[in-house]
Amino acid sequence: MRYAVRRLGFFVFTLWVALTINFMLPRLMPGNPALAMLSKYHGQVGPGTLKALEILYGINTSKPLPEQYVTYLHQMLTGNFGTSLEFYPSTVSSVIGSAVWWTVGLVGIATIVAFVVGTWLGIIAGWRRGGRLDSALPPVFVVTSAIPYFWMAMVLVLIFGITLHWLPYIGGYDVAGDTPAFSPTFLSDVLRHAILPAAALLITTVGTWILTMRNTMITTLAEDYVRMARAKGLPGRRIMLDYAARNAILPNLTGFAMSMGFVVSGAILIEYVFNYPGVGYMLLQAVQSEDFPLMQALFLLITVAVLVAILIADVATALLDPRTRTAA
Amino acid sequence: MSMPISGITTGQPDAGPAPALDPVGPGVPAATAAVPGGAASALRRMTTAIRRNRKATIGAVLLLLFVLVAIFPWVIANDNPNADAFKPRLGVSTAHLLGTTAYGQDMWAQLVWGTRNVIIIAFTAGLATTFIAVMVGVAAAYLGGVWDGALGVLTDVLLVIPLFPLLIVIAAYANGGGTLVLILVITVTSWSYTARQLRSQALSLRRRDFLEAARVRGERPLYIIVVEVIPTMTSLIVACFLTNALYAVLFASSLQFIGLGDPNTVSWGTMLYWAQNNAALQTGQPLWAIAPGACIAALGAAFALLNYAFDEIGNPALRPLRRNRAKRAR
Repeated sequence: MRYAVRRLGFFVFTLWVALTINFMLPRLMPGNPALAMLSKYHGQVGPGTLKALEILYGINTSKPLPEQYVTYLHQMLTGNFGTSLEFYPSTVSSVIGSAVWWTVGLVGIATIVAFVVGTWLGIIAGWRRGGRLDSALPPVFVVTSAIPYFWMAMVLVLIFGITLHWLPYIGGYDVAGDTPAFSPTFLSDVLRHAILPAAALLITTVGTWILTMRNTMITTLAEDYVRMARAKGLPGRRIMLDYAARNAILPNLTGFAMSMGFVVSGAILIEYVFNYPGVGYMLLQAVQSEDFPLMQALFLLITVAVLVAILIADVATALLDPRTRTAA
Repeated sequence: MSMPISGITTGQPDAGPAPALDPVGPGVPAATAAVPGGAASALRRMTTAIRRNRKATIGAVLLLLFVLVAIFPWVIANDNPNADAFKPRLGVSTAHLLGTTAYGQDMWAQLVWGTRNVIIIAFTAGLATTFIAVMVGVAAAYLGGVWDGALGVLTDVLLVIPLFPLLIVIAAYANGGGTLVLILVITVTSWSYTARQLRSQALSLRRRDFLEAARVRGERPLYIIVVEVIPTMTSLIVACFLTNALYAVLFASSLQFIGLGDPNTVSWGTMLYWAQNNAALQTGQPLWAIAPGACIAALGAAFALLNYAFDEIGNPALRPLRRNRAKRAR
């Protein structure tokens, strides 16, 4: 229980740090980027929006910094992220709302599949130490781990999209020939568009799970209780799954949460390559059009998502592993 | 780019479920066990180890190759990489080994001369990041108490805030300030992961006799940290440098790719940016995007292989088994 409370405290603290970074960055940067943004959009957005943005970024205001900070925190906590400039007059929240589900679907499914497949392969590789899988996988995945996400995406586009014409590689669905609806044709279209980006994410992330799981399996297999199980003559499958894998999976679970940040960065780049209408692509669009309110809100959204994932993994670890309960 | 695959994270000789957010696990650090004996002998041991481990040898040779190309690019590429001197979109030929870009630049020259930018980023950002990580990690562990608490929280917070989005936001506000800004931004944000590993190892060293002896002699903390603790940790520090250099390469290339670097720099990431902007894949110029990406992957692999080999050297349990031993183990 104390452990959970401590983790929750850390979660809130980190969230506060992220919010503060978000507040300080535009004010600390040389050349006042916010002013440049406002002058770029001057005349395109209404005077009310402009005034609100000036307050948000501390321009043309006589308010002292602490007061600006309190106003800012209040706005963020009440979900008021301001107005998007690129998609004016939509609010930032409504713009993001349309993108979130694309990312959740794509990244969520690809990550879970990568975790399950990778962990399973890692269990087998660690168990059959020195076997074919075990000797082939680690060097291969050491190399794939160094491949930039976006480049893997480009290679897939080149092979399966452009050369073989097997799968679509632009957008989340066929914008010209399809209208979003809950119909079988639309859903299958969405599915076909998701295959290549999901594959790119899967290929670049699965290696991590395999390697971590294999390595913890190997150290776990050297434990006395595994030797004991062998001495009792238990069937190999049972030792592998119930004795070794069950214990080895806990560090992997922690790793799962830790790596969410990396999965997210991969997703951003992959969505960019595929023009996938998710959060990552939108973030880069916001950067390119200097739509800072949208950019900041997306950064916060991604941070919160990662922090929540870590919190969930923490709670799961605490529930599954009695040692963390006493240790904390 | 991927999460820290390097076995350093994964070794976990203590096999205990690491408390959340502790990628290394408390106590025993995974990389090489610290043996007192000074930096020079540690380096000598490392060179021997690199020669004996095949993964390490491949990694070292690859890295050396890229460094040489970065220093002497004119030896293998004569053309000016930035001059729009040729016909655009030429195919592969002996005059243009990889053809020319849509702007009429020689792609081979761009690739070769671009090595320099990437190597500079890898080594400066890698070294700077490692320096901060060593300072924070070792100071936290050695000073203990309030210092450890404060630095620990700082490290943990940076560790869980998603780095790449943060990098994007900072770089966007800095408005694409070129290589120096990239190096600065990467250094400031990405030291936390290795700082954690270093802290774990430094903690395990704290109560060693030779440090007690130094304290009894009345040495100042700074002296003890720099002269006694850090040399003992050379192997792990080198491993951390390899990790940081790998990330620096991947992060910088990614930022350049999405247009947050200086688009006039000659580098692999910038090549990819222009390739993407000109739809190189769709217009029959795949080499424009494939070649620089392959180079990034190869350079990254060099760092990753060296790193992985270091782990195997430090943690014998992870080494590949010989056949007969494998049977006996079963």
